[in-house]
Order: sequence, then structure tokens, then C-alpha cells
Amino acid sequence: MAEDYVIEMLHITKEFPGIKANDDITLQLKRGEIHALLGENGAGKSTLMSVLFGLYQPEQGVIKKDGKEVKIKDPNDANRLNIGMVHQHFKLVECFSVLDNIILGVEDTKNGFLQYAAARKKVMALSEKYGLRVDPDALISDISVGMQQRVEILKMLYRDNEILIFDEPTAVLTPQEIDELMEIMRGFKKEGKSILFITHKLSEIMAVADRCSVLRKGKYIGTVNIKDTTKEELSKMMVGRDVQFSVDKKPAKPTDTILSVRDLRVPSRTHNNDAVKGVSFDVRKGEIVCIAGIEGNGQTELVYGLTGLAKTTGGTITLDGKDITHASIRERSKAGMSHIPEDRHKHGLVLDYSLEQNMVLQRYWEPKFSNKGIIKADEVRKYAEMLIERFDVRSGQGPITISRAMSGGNQQKAIIAREIDKNPKLLIAVQPTRGLDVGAIEYIHSQLIAERDKGHAVLLVSLELDEVMNLSDRILVIYEGEIVGEFDPKKVTVQELGLYMAGAKKQSDVGKGA
Amino acid sequence: MKKKSIGDNPALVSILASIISIVVGLVLGFILLLILNPSKAGVGITAMLTTGVSSLDQFGKVLYQAAPLMLCGLSVGFAFKTGLFNIGASGQYTIGAFCALLGAIQFQLPWFLCLILAMIGGGIWGIFPGLFKSKFNVNEVITSIMFNWIAMFLVNLLLANMPKMLASAWGASNSDRTAALAKANPSAIIPKAGLNKLFGNSSWINISVFIAILVAVIIWFILQKTTFGYELKACGMNKEASKYAGINANRNIVFSMIIAGALAGLGGGLYYLAGTIQYVLVKSILGMGFNGIPVALLANSNPLGTIFSSLFISFIQVGGSAMQPNFSSEATDIVIAVIIYLAAFSLLMKMMLSNLLKRKGKEGKKA
Repeated sequence: MAEDYVIEMLHITKEFPGIKANDDITLQLKRGEIHALLGENGAGKSTLMSVLFGLYQPEQGVIKKDGKEVKIKDPNDANRLNIGMVHQHFKLVECFSVLDNIILGVEDTKNGFLQYAAARKKVMALSEKYGLRVDPDALISDISVGMQQRVEILKMLYRDNEILIFDEPTAVLTPQEIDELMEIMRGFKKEGKSILFITHKLSEIMAVADRCSVLRKGKYIGTVNIKDTTKEELSKMMVGRDVQFSVDKKPAKPTDTILSVRDLRVPSRTHNNDAVKGVSFDVRKGEIVCIAGIEGNGQTELVYGLTGLAKTTGGTITLDGKDITHASIRERSKAGMSHIPEDRHKHGLVLDYSLEQNMVLQRYWEPKFSNKGIIKADEVRKYAEMLIERFDVRSGQGPITISRAMSGGNQQKAIIAREIDKNPKLLIAVQPTRGLDVGAIEYIHSQLIAERDKGHAVLLVSLELDEVMNLSDRILVIYEGEIVGEFDPKKVTVQELGLYMAGAKKQSDVGKGA
Repeated sequence: MKKKSIGDNPALVSILASIISIVVGLVLGFILLLILNPSKAGVGITAMLTTGVSSLDQFGKVLYQAAPLMLCGLSVGFAFKTGLFNIGASGQYTIGAFCALLGAIQFQLPWFLCLILAMIGGGIWGIFPGLFKSKFNVNEVITSIMFNWIAMFLVNLLLANMPKMLASAWGASNSDRTAALAKANPSAIIPKAGLNKLFGNSSWINISVFIAILVAVIIWFILQKTTFGYELKACGMNKEASKYAGINANRNIVFSMIIAGALAGLGGGLYYLAGTIQYVLVKSILGMGFNGIPVALLANSNPLGTIFSSLFISFIQVGGSAMQPNFSSEATDIVIAVIIYLAAFSLLMKMMLSNLLKRKGKEGKKA
């Protein structure tokens, strides 16, 4: 053998009813390399990793470890083969300590008693060695997302895993934390560990990976050496066409103020205090204002307060000159507010309703769609078909498709179609591209800019700094429930924003209103 | 995916799953009969399966008992569609029965007014769990179970203190039950509309089953065609999303429980205004409301499906009562329970069936 492959997945085919999720995919991981796995949503990355981790059995194909064929029937088998995985959504016990979580499942016991001291020593040694700072006695529920991720990584190391799978690890991190993670990954590589890095962020691949395999629609497209390729080439492989990275937009021409927020306070959903602590800002017609910040700094609560999903405890909200501080959700909607919610499954859609039923979720009561309490099924159908056509929402059976059966991108498109077609004065979009692929992101960005250019106001809440920099006309950074800085995206760097997002810097005169 | 297999039709899979569950239940029931009394098991199961259609009189009884079952099933199913588990159908049914009899005997009202009273009574009984749920987020299962007991003892207490309501006031000797309507107020008996002639002078049959079917169709219409139904179902499937859509979920919870209560209450009215049954003061909760749960489950909470599932369960019950000389009433109850219990597995069966059919369909395509 010429190459030293630690894991080989050869000609893997995995079918689900009606769809080939993996179609003859080959993935070869060299010992001691960082290998990126790139693909749009639904390209089959997760399925392939689930096959490697023993969660699915492939219909065809073999998996080889160190050149020998192996059968991986469940995650325990994977663990025995020293394969570890950091899942996109962490698998931690919230009410357990860091140490408990790390040893969970592989506890050493003596006469039925846990051997904490030895475990602690091993964990601390690993933590030291790789620069994975954790507090072993803190509860998971009390520590930051970044530290939770370090706990997940320590879990793999504690089990002496040699092959580490990272599933979209950077989605929840700040720019500084991402840099840190990259450094840690390079450290693993030096130790001879092999890393599979799943992502759709091209800049991270360029920064850290040695090679990259690309999947598209369940098919294997190819593997390239990172030093021989470019971002543009990778994205072309991933999407199958040229993709525009920077969003094309004319300078904003903001006019009258539409939304005016003064000293707004909103209670936390989890703790017994205010998550939004006296925030003031304005959004004008024809501009996109972006609230940037690390997850959990009060963005969710701020949006809940603005849209009426949560009661506010102080301050005022004015929409187009009308005080809506205490208005109901329906009244706000009627007053011209549209809301693309953060969680499309929790708020955006009734998943067991058909697409057409979801298309009228905000408007079913209008005379256009109902008469004396009877729903006009024909009108609903016609309207849904029109939106599906106009916004290119793809689904198996058109308007009667159950929303649950649609892909994430198309679910999001349906929500955006519904909210934009309301012709809102103010569109509040919360992480509108979360978890979507490049093609869908491009489309959604162009829709948001089109809204702006129609003279509507857009308030964008996003954790993706690329999105923030590309789309917004004005950036407000939120940190621990307060606006700590206001920026012009043309005059600020991502690094600078990161410092404000992490609370290291603060402007003195912001958040008091424009 | 050109040729459509059975697995692609969810409605068909549902029906098939219900039928398979019923058959499995019957087989298990038969095995139980074999254990209890081997020599009579064959006779027993035959009685259970044929009595309902053995004579027009018995068939009339099946239809008569199906009406309250259907309404209790609708009550449970309707609440379930809106995300609530109405285990209080029994209490609402009891209050409905009491209000109907109160109208009939105490106030000498005609039958249709008594039925309206029954609905109002049941509806009021539904308000409480609904209010507790929407105002204080108290689990409706707990409150409605408590209200089952409150309903039963309240009715017993009231009846014991209303001499005019009891049979003893109308020339009979016993004071442990309400007056026979034939004596107390014949105009409160639900009309037979000539059906008794059609059904071989059956004493059971009246128009109640048609009232129940009509109500089932109305409930189907509300859920399927109206904005109110749209809101209720949205609340049931995703409370957060319905809130986001500006739907007043808390108000809908109360409305939903009122309607569910009114349905169960109407069931109570239909059962006790037939003129064949008197309400007996007992110290156990009436089973009818609870039987509404399997009726709804078997129908997958579909109002139209409830029509058929209630007929089936009524049929099994009528058959069960015909097994009595050979089997004790407890034994038949156990067998009925096994059959109903298995029938309620139809959801599980549906899942297994659709998986199986899909796998089969795929193999078929490969070949």
C-alpha cells in the first residue's frame, strides 16, 4: 500500500425510502491529517458519518480500519475502534459536572465505587496537554458553549480515540474561539491523531484542513489537496455552479424611522433576571440593521420582546409611530411586522400541517382566506401555489406536502415567502440562514436586500459574522443584554467585532438611541 | 416510485392497522376464554361475535349503545386533536346525564331541551380543567380525573336530596335510582321515529345514533373546514407556532374543553333519555366516558372514524353481555378489555405496518 490510510470507507451506499442518501461514496482518511468533508445540506455528510459511527448500516460498501475490513454495528463498536465524535448538538447531561460527563459510560469503579481521583488526574492531564481549559467541577448548565465543546473533545480524548469526527464544530463559537479550536485541531494532528471535519464554511477548511472531500446530492464529487485549490473551486464542487460570495448591493438610502426601541427590558427565559437590560435603537426604512453577538446574549429575548412572544418588563416599542409595547402578536402582525423566527420548527411552522396550511399561518383569518369562519380552501390553494412558484419552494407533493417531510432549506423558504408576502413595514429575520446550504443562503440574502430596496426596514439577528458583514448597513453588537457598540460594516473588521462580542471592549455612548 | 404500493396511502394503512389490531385482540380474547372455561370458549366467542347481529333487537341495542360511546369518543378525540387529553369525559358524561334527567323529571321538559341541558352541563364541567390548564398550566389529566370523582359524588349527593327525582316518588319501591321516564315524563324519552317497527319492536333503538352521527359530521366539519378548527389543530400540533401566528392558545384550550365536555354531556343525555335505563346511585365512576378513550384511539381521533369504532366497541359489549351464563360478568369484562386494549394498539400497528410495507415495496422494486 502506498498510502497509510487509517480509515477507508469504500463505495458506501445508503438508501432511505425514496432517496439515496449516499450513493457509492468513497472516503479515505490518512493517518495524521485533517480531512474536511464538505457539502450542502442534504448532501449526505451526516449520513456518511452516521454510517462510520455505527448509527446506520450501509446497503453496500465496506469500511476498513488500518487496511482491515471492520463491521461497525453501533457506536460502541465505533468506540472500540477508537472513533470518537463531537456532535453538532452536544450530547451532555446538563445537570452533571464536567468531570461526570467526561467519564460517563466508561467509569472506572472499585468495589462498586467510582474512582474519581484517577479520572480527575487523567482529565486534567489531557486538559493541560492540549490546552483544553475546563473546570471539572462546574455543571454543564453553567458553562459557556465553547467550554461545553471542550468537554465533548475531552470525552473523545479520555476514551483514547484516535479518529476524531467534528460535526460542524464552529457554528456556535466566536471568532476567537474558532481560532482556538483550529489551534487545538492542529495540536491533535501533531500527535498523530486523524481528524474528520464536517463543515460548510470554506474559510475554515482553507485555514486548517489538509485535504477535502466534497459530496453533492449523495454523490462523491472528489477529493482535493487544500494547498492546490481555492475557495471558489471548492464551492463550485459543492454547489455544482459558480457562487457569489459577496452580496451585491447598492448603498442603503434610509429614510423615516419605522421601529423605535427605548430602554427595553425583557426577562430571561431561563434565569430569574432580565436578559435584555435596557436596550435602545432605531431601524429606518430602507436599511438592514443587524444585531450581532454570541448566542445567548439576549438576542432571543430581544426578538421575543419585539414580536410579542414574551412580555416586556420595561421600556417602549414604537412601530411606525404607534406604541405597540403591550400589543398582542396578532396586533403587531396587523401593524406591519413580519417575523422570520429563529427556530423554524418550534415557531415557524406547524410541522404536521401541509405546506398550504402553513403558508396562511399568519393570514388564515383574513377575509381573503376565510368567510364567516369557514376557510376558503380554493383561495388557500391558489395562494400557496402562487408563493411556491414565486419563491421556488420545492417539495414532494406541492401545496399538500406535509411540512415535516420537506428539507430544511425549503421549509425556511416557505417561511420567508409567507413573511415577505405580507408586505411588512418591518421584517425581523432571526438567523434566517442557519443550517442552510450556500445556494439557499444566497437566495435568502438576495430576498432580504430586495425587501430593503423596496423601502422596508429589516432587522437581522445573526450569529454568522460573514452574514453580518455582508448584509447589514449598520451593526449593533449585543453583549449580556446590552448594546455595546454600533458600527458601519465598511469601517470595522471581524476581529474588532469579535472583541465587542466577547465583552472585551465597549463603546460608552451607544444603546441610548440614535 | 412509479407504481403506488399500499404503503403510500396513509389512510389505507390506518384502516388496515385498525383491522389487524382488532383481529389480534379477538385471538387473544379467545385464548383467554380457552383458559377460563375451555369447553365453552367456542360458544363464548361465537356469542361475542354474533349476538350483535343475531336479531334486529340486539342490533338495535348495538346502535343505541353506540351513540353515547360515539359522543364520548368524539369528546376525547376532539380534545386530543387540540393537544389535550380529556380523561374527564366520564365526569362530563355523568353531569350531562344528571342535567338531562333533571330537565326531564324535575322540570318536566321535552327531550330536546333536556339534551341541550345535558350539553350545557357537560360543557360547564369541561371548563374547569380547561381554565386550570390555561391559567395555571395545571395538567388537564389530573384535574379532569378529580372532576370525574367530584361529578359522581355531586350527582349522588344531589339526587339523594331531590326526592322528586327518584323512582320512589313515582310509584316504584326503590330509591337507589332515578324515576323511570315512562312514568315520570314520557315526553322526555327520545323519539323512536318508527325505528322500533323497523327493528322488530326493539325496545332499545331510537334516533340517538343518528343524532350522534350528525354531531360527528359537524365536529369533522369544524375541525376540517373552519378557521376555529384550524386554530385548534394548530394549538394541538404546535402550541408555540400557534402562539407565533397570533392565535390565542389559552382561550382555545378552554373552548376546546367546553366543546369536549358538551359532547360527553350529550352522550350522557342520549343514554339516559332512551327510557330503558335509570341512573343508579353507585360509588364507582361510570365506564362510558373511559370507553370513549379507546373509541377515539381506534379512530385515530378522526371524527368520522369514531362512528365506526364506537359501533365496533358497542358490538363487542353487546356480544359480551350475551356470554354471561357461561362466563362470569367479570370474565367477559376482562375479555372485552383485552380486545379494546389491543385495538388501541392500532397506532403501533400502523407504524409497524407502514415500515413493513415500505420495505416490501422497496424489495419489490429492486427485483
